[in-house]
Amino acid sequence: MAPDSLQFKPRLLSVLDMSSVVLMLVATWMVFFYAPSAQAEAGGETQRIFYFHVSTGWISMAAFVGAAVAGTAYLIRPSQRLDVFSVAAVEIGLVYSFINITTGSIWARPVWNTWWTWDPRLVTATVMELTFLAYLLLRQGIEDPERRARFGAIYAILGSLTVPLTYLSIRIWRTIHPVVIGSGDPTAQGTFDMTAQMLHTLLFSLLAFTIFGLTLLWHRVRLGWMADKVERLRMQAMR
Amino acid sequence: MGNLSAYSSVVSGIVRKDLAVEWRSRQLLASMLVFALLVILIFNFALDLDAAARSELSAGVLWATFALAGTLGLSRSMASEKDGGALDGLLLAPVDRSAIYLGKTLANTIFMLIVALFTLPVYGILYNVDLLNGGLLLVIVIGAWGYSAIGTLLAAMAMQARSREVLLPVLLFPLLLPLLIAAVRASGFFLEDLEVVYIWPSLNLLIVYAAVMPALGFMFFDFIVEE
Repeated sequence: MAPDSLQFKPRLLSVLDMSSVVLMLVATWMVFFYAPSAQAEAGGETQRIFYFHVSTGWISMAAFVGAAVAGTAYLIRPSQRLDVFSVAAVEIGLVYSFINITTGSIWARPVWNTWWTWDPRLVTATVMELTFLAYLLLRQGIEDPERRARFGAIYAILGSLTVPLTYLSIRIWRTIHPVVIGSGDPTAQGTFDMTAQMLHTLLFSLLAFTIFGLTLLWHRVRLGWMADKVERLRMQAMR
Repeated sequence: MGNLSAYSSVVSGIVRKDLAVEWRSRQLLASMLVFALLVILIFNFALDLDAAARSELSAGVLWATFALAGTLGLSRSMASEKDGGALDGLLLAPVDRSAIYLGKTLANTIFMLIVALFTLPVYGILYNVDLLNGGLLLVIVIGAWGYSAIGTLLAAMAMQARSREVLLPVLLFPLLLPLLIAAVRASGFFLEDLEVVYIWPSLNLLIVYAAVMPALGFMFFDFIVEE
């Protein structure tokens, strides 16, 4: 990226900003007016939260995996930019997975009759969230930027092990969490069959949250690079 | 084969060094043991461990005790290494760094096992539970190894951060959870004398964890201690 791209906001980023707004509005409209309501066992109208729940869940996992991939690349060839990317991905993943857990909890209240239950899926998702919170704490505790980046990369890779564990938890363990995509456990409560409109809505929400996430990622990476630049300039001025 | 024997002599050298240091000071094990006993006492009051609750909760209480006492040992063993300047000396020595990691991990495993060896009979006597169970011991050995493998790696990392002793549990426990879940389930099933068919899934997870974590440690330890 050219050096002046830090001074001026890139055109494409402005386009992404606008598209995120439009896509999110359309996705919200589709969730409420395009998708049919599900059967009562799946929560009826409450089931509409499913589209954002699944989208944010998937993208948070993708973000954590992205952070681990950037971490691996950093260990092979260290670069400040990869480190900035890794942090940005983790922060976005944390926000998304928090939305994921919260929406799930709101849905579970009427359907499972509780806000929270110690089901394998819920536990693994929470562990994933906590692991990457610990990642931020680790970074906070180290002053040397080079060492902070190195340790961050290693912890991101170790932490990314929680991602497949979370993804597979509803597929390998007995759980009450529904598996809508693919075949589910018969003990799951609140499963439903997706109609075509539901699938459209889900895919569109996924697209909207992906574009929104990428926009946030870009902003966050730019912010990180600016912070680096300020740091460098300050060092120069002090010399 | 010459390489392998040189490698194993480095590993055993580090294990012997750690054990010798511990034998002279007895600081680490003493605090781990006292701490483990205190945790058991606290659980007694917190959970009201009556006879019925005991048999179901024993596995959980034992593993919570090991996990808490373990962090004490991990951070102490790495901190003394760093404060005494021994780590710098080890790193200067012309040996494979993964051998240092393996040696520290083995030493930490031994400390964990010693703590378990004292805790089990005391727990058994205090609560009148029969813990002499081959399966349980097996789970403890595998679990202690997996625990030390990830713990040694993260302790080496936490020791170089600002708030080192505070940071270690925060880094360790989320990553430890798969191991703890598997170990608690497997121990509980063994104590209930369930058939092996029911125990295998948890045991599998435990074994996979105990195999994957040392492998990651081998890969990453070099990056953590490099200056």
